[in-house]
Amino acid sequence: MTATVASNLSEVARSDAALRAFLHGLPGVDQVGADQRAAMLGTRSIKTTAKAWALDLAIRMVDLTTLEGADTPGKVRALCAKALRPDPADPSCPSVAAVCVYPAMVPAAAPLLAGRAHLASVATAFPAGQVPLSVKLADVESAVRDGADEIDMVINRGAFLSGRYLEVFEEIRAVKQACGDAHLKVILETGELATYDNVRRASWLAMIAGADFIKTSTGKVAPAATPPVTLVMLEAVRDFRAATGRQVGVKPAGGIRTAKDAIKYLVLVNETAGADWLHPDWFRFGASSLLNDLLMQRTRMSTGRYSGPNYVTLD
Amino acid sequence: MAFEYAPAPESRSVVDIRASYGLFIGGEFVDGSGGRIKTVNPATEEVLAEVAEAGSDDVDRAVAAARTAFDQVWGPMPGRERAKYLYRIARIVQERARELAVLETIDNGKPIRESRDVDVPLVAAHFFYYAGWADKLRYAGFGERPLGVAAQVIPWNFPLLMLAWKIAPALACGNTVVLKPAETTPLTALAFAEICQQAELPPGVVNIVTGAGETGRLLVEHPAVDKVAFTGSTEVGKQIARSVAGSRKRVTLELGGKAANIVFDDAPIDQAVEGIVNGIFFNQGHVCCAGSRLLVQESIAGDLLDALKRRMALLRVGDPLDKNTDVGAINSAVQLERIRRLSEIGDAEGAERWTAPCELPDRGFWFAPTVFTGVSQAHRIAREEIFGPVLSVLTFRTPAEAVEKANNTPYGLSAGIWSEKGSRILAVADKLRAGVVWANTFNKFDPASPFGGYKESGYGREGGRHGLEAYLDR
Repeated sequence: MTATVASNLSEVARSDAALRAFLHGLPGVDQVGADQRAAMLGTRSIKTTAKAWALDLAIRMVDLTTLEGADTPGKVRALCAKALRPDPADPSCPSVAAVCVYPAMVPAAAPLLAGRAHLASVATAFPAGQVPLSVKLADVESAVRDGADEIDMVINRGAFLSGRYLEVFEEIRAVKQACGDAHLKVILETGELATYDNVRRASWLAMIAGADFIKTSTGKVAPAATPPVTLVMLEAVRDFRAATGRQVGVKPAGGIRTAKDAIKYLVLVNETAGADWLHPDWFRFGASSLLNDLLMQRTRMSTGRYSGPNYVTLD
Repeated sequence: MAFEYAPAPESRSVVDIRASYGLFIGGEFVDGSGGRIKTVNPATEEVLAEVAEAGSDDVDRAVAAARTAFDQVWGPMPGRERAKYLYRIARIVQERARELAVLETIDNGKPIRESRDVDVPLVAAHFFYYAGWADKLRYAGFGERPLGVAAQVIPWNFPLLMLAWKIAPALACGNTVVLKPAETTPLTALAFAEICQQAELPPGVVNIVTGAGETGRLLVEHPAVDKVAFTGSTEVGKQIARSVAGSRKRVTLELGGKAANIVFDDAPIDQAVEGIVNGIFFNQGHVCCAGSRLLVQESIAGDLLDALKRRMALLRVGDPLDKNTDVGAINSAVQLERIRRLSEIGDAEGAERWTAPCELPDRGFWFAPTVFTGVSQAHRIAREEIFGPVLSVLTFRTPAEAVEKANNTPYGLSAGIWSEKGSRILAVADKLRAGVVWANTFNKFDPASPFGGYKESGYGREGGRHGLEAYLDR
């Protein structure tokens, strides 16, 4: 549906009007239908071998996150240890994909991870993004300099909602440039975009501007990630690859707390974007407490017993 | 990396199928005087049970039991008392939901996800809805006097749901019923007979006679019935209309369909694809209101068909009891043969067949989801009801052409419109000659919404306030 329009994607950002025409020319999203599809996929029953496989994959996809004002280097170091070896009792348990922290915590995490897991830093004045562009870029540059290899930026929702798409586009492009080799995840903050039409437009806008990943939420705004929002974003990356050949990742973040929910998201990936996205390079969970539930379920699968929350580490 | 879903079968242990069933007449299970018929699990061809084939004497007894119950108990009973029984039935259906869903899936072949999430919840909802009307008939505007004894003949595609559509309004209005389930799917109706006993429904208010076409004929032609309600094929519907012509019997018929699902170029594409899939592959396409003709605007036809095929390749066809199955078994060998024959005619007439890549089980009756492109209005697969998972795709260029093609059929049961433009939806819906028109959705059912056809799709409405009219004597 988008193949024809997208053949000259470089052209669509030549002016505000052209960009608006492109984004508003994307097919609409019927909210009732999208909700229904996500709910139906939520009824898939994933058992036994499929569940064991999905739990390990979900662990490998976690961006283990701490984004609190109260974060300290000590806490971040503990988190890094857990990221690399989530289940100290079981060496067969895989590491998570990345640790995700504030820029000030990057120096504490970098030496510990040392390339064994990705180090993601939120930047661009996360979570509100309400600072001048120069400050956002300085934020990004410092995080990358200190060792972050992934940057989670927030888009300018104010500009997006008032229709200044080119401004959002140029900001993402500038941040992408400031990232250098670091991967850029663009947070749409879908809870503030309100409609699925906006989610689809923001997804395309971010991808055209160079995002390596599109991410639902900061986790600081409710609602954060939801299955239907993730569904719409997965459709966007699927269509974007069909149109351009470039694959972009998806990261739901915030509010995913149970293994059961995580597996529902994997089903959503499998039956929307397809198996190519079932890899930590292309799908991530932004979460903190999720990991412990995944570990408990994993132990239950392998031992047949449910050990309970006293047997996983609290961070 | 492929995500293989491990088998997730629903347990059969919740159902207890007897080896043999009699007829439910006057509140008791009694032996029939005729032969026996076997009902099989269409997914495995395993024989599930033997049921009685009701003969003329049996039908007489059932109608007489219904008459007595109507005269002595149910007719005179105040509406608020009748409502209590209907509420009780609705609650028992909910309590026994899992059992009914599994039983329906075993006997019919439909996926457990559908019997569990669609059929059985709607059954309970219909009884709750009409229970609410029983003491408020005065406000419905069709009078308050019941007709008497209703002869009801239902199809095999939604066995228990069609039973609910028939029995709930009839009972709410004060009629008694003799119902004949389809010969391939009698088991949930017989389970419903047990529910009537459990609810202590007065004997004779609901009678269930099993059998094939001949039993159905005996029932609708019985001189002592006051009302005939039939859901099934247009062919049988016409026979019924002829046989009751000139009699005092009131008739409602809900017959076949060849619904157009119209997708405009400004449609929400991803949801339209879901709606097309739901429209034709829901319940293996054994749906009278199925969206079996896809009318797509030429400018988006290529992209839409690519998306549709991609989506169809994801459909999980197989064991109906597996909770992840999307498309189950074809209900019978006879139906499978009909689907095959019409599909071969599609090939012969020059349409292009595409079948979703899927492995079909060795035993049982199966037909892979199929789409025909390059179909024209003249093709038989565009005109005749296939009643299976086979979609015919036609294109159009203007809204007027879409309406013309959609209406160019002897049927008129349902239609779908996909567009983000509200004014277009309203304008097109206004011109479609179909009983139900869905906008940006398909196969949505609700007890409060009337359902029924134009033209050869039948007459009368079931569901909603309108559904009361068929069971009341003004």
